[in-house]
Amino acid sequence: MAETHSLQDLQQPAVSSKVFVQRDYSSGTICKFQTKFPSELESRMDKQQFEETMQSLNNLYAEAEKLGGKSYLEGCLACLTAYTIFLCMETHYEKVLKKIAKYIKDQNEKIYAPRGLLLTDPIERGLRVVEITIFEDRSIGSGR
Amino acid sequence: MPQGSGSALSNFQVLSFVLMLKWGYMKILLMLCCCSFFIICFYFTSCPFLAQQLTPIIPVLGGALFLFVLGTLLRTSFSDPGVLPRATPDEAADLERQIDVANGTKGYRPPPRTKEVVINGQTVKLKYCFTCKIFRPPRASHCSLCDNCVERFDHHCPWVGNCVGRRNYRFFYMFILSLSFLTIFIFAFVITHIILSSYQKGFLTALKESPVVVCFFSVWSIVGLSGFHTYLISSNQTTNEDIKGSWSSKRGKDNYNPYSSGNIFTNCCVALCGPLPPSLIDRRGFIEADAPQMAPPTNGITMYGATQSQQSHMCDQDQCIQSTKYVLQAATTPLLQQHSSEPVIITSSPENGTSLPARASLTLGGPCSSLPLGQPTPPTSTPSLSCHEATDMLPIHGHALNHTHPLQEQAALHHYLTPEEVPSPPGMLHCGSPLGHSHTVQTSFYNPASQDSLHEDSVRGLVKLSSV
Repeated sequence: MAETHSLQDLQQPAVSSKVFVQRDYSSGTICKFQTKFPSELESRMDKQQFEETMQSLNNLYAEAEKLGGKSYLEGCLACLTAYTIFLCMETHYEKVLKKIAKYIKDQNEKIYAPRGLLLTDPIERGLRVVEITIFEDRSIGSGR
Repeated sequence: MPQGSGSALSNFQVLSFVLMLKWGYMKILLMLCCCSFFIICFYFTSCPFLAQQLTPIIPVLGGALFLFVLGTLLRTSFSDPGVLPRATPDEAADLERQIDVANGTKGYRPPPRTKEVVINGQTVKLKYCFTCKIFRPPRASHCSLCDNCVERFDHHCPWVGNCVGRRNYRFFYMFILSLSFLTIFIFAFVITHIILSSYQKGFLTALKESPVVVCFFSVWSIVGLSGFHTYLISSNQTTNEDIKGSWSSKRGKDNYNPYSSGNIFTNCCVALCGPLPPSLIDRRGFIEADAPQMAPPTNGITMYGATQSQQSHMCDQDQCIQSTKYVLQAATTPLLQQHSSEPVIITSSPENGTSLPARASLTLGGPCSSLPLGQPTPPTSTPSLSCHEATDMLPIHGHALNHTHPLQEQAALHHYLTPEEVPSPPGMLHCGSPLGHSHTVQTSFYNPASQDSLHEDSVRGLVKLSSV
């Protein structure tokens, strides 16, 4: 019985609720998420950890959208090659998006999953929100 | 991933391309025809003469320029302008909850919801989009023709058959710039031809044989448009903002553009050479067939036109159903039979940046007609004559005019007449984008339970029509 019970735990944790962290437009149209700690997560994790995650995410997105010599060079090169260069090469933005995906995966594994939370990559939600899924906490009173 | 997704993907892409060619891009074809007309005229009348008299480089240069114009036109039309995917149901519910808490009301729909945010010292109002169920980012706007919120919305260009937004503004600008060079080039050499051949034939004869008048008008309009957009780029404004006078000093002494860096060079660099963000709508590829809901699932959007049921009844339901039935009856092709279990999802091409706008799926709704099928085209909309292959498509254009405006659920008018659109007769305005209206059809007859079969049937029907 205990076996099947823990198997169930592993396979289908029930979603208790979802928290959505919205975009912060105070700096303009750049991609930035609010770092305010949602009240629903208070029982699950500490504020500092969360704010650190959000800040890193914001920094990564800022890096993706940064206007600098490198991005201008890439833009000009792309224009000169009639954008065919992107058939072979990734844009800077996409490279950073991959980095972000890796970072979120890391964070999920190390910090969020042990607490029964799951961060969804904002790109999956059209860069509108950071969706945090709160799973039912079965560890309490289920004899795990 | 649904079964057979690989082949399904390619089939859908082919399908979407075919459907787009038939329904959504008549304006592009018209534009292509105009450009080609100029070039052909030029090549047949002036070029041989000039190649002999001056240098054979002239036709070569003209040809190269023309190819560049074509390339940028196609790029503008077929790239995602920066569509914002619709909110997932969970997100929408969460937002609603927050708004209800803020307003203290429940049940009925309150007045347009806005959020204020201070950007660079300017207070900007963020509006809530009832269709997409999101608070629009600053500078984004909902295009009623494409039925999507578009980031950094400039305008919906009927000639290009697409919205011009954050991701394709530079291609649009390069298109009109290169087109201006092309028209000036042709005009200059046509004049040269007239002058040179007037020595031999006489001035009036030479004048009659050349397409100078058409050239003249097109030069002025295109060059004017390029100039206007150059001004917009250098001041980092969108056509939308310029028309509304959002940042005009007439509104107030303290009114300034918070997005402009103040430096013309920087503004130009940002607009034209800045990083190109990837498309937000090609992330998932397929909607699973499980969803009984109408709203696009977790990804937010893969289908244009799958609008929420709350979209008001723009179209007379009976007439829409009738015309749709006509489409369905015309359908006999088994094209989609192997994919019958899957709703039609048009995904963007895997190529970076050049995502098909997936507008084709809008056509699933079929035409929305106010006239009985087979009625002759309204006389004003001459391009609409070329805009349809099947008679059932005819009435869209006459009908479209009536439907565009009621589509405003939100306060703002999303389709702004731009300088290039103003001269067009009304029929033309909507000609290139009948897709924007078919979504209304979808909402009027869309039954969640029969969604899949209806999808498949209507697409089959439209594919049949497209193969005519």
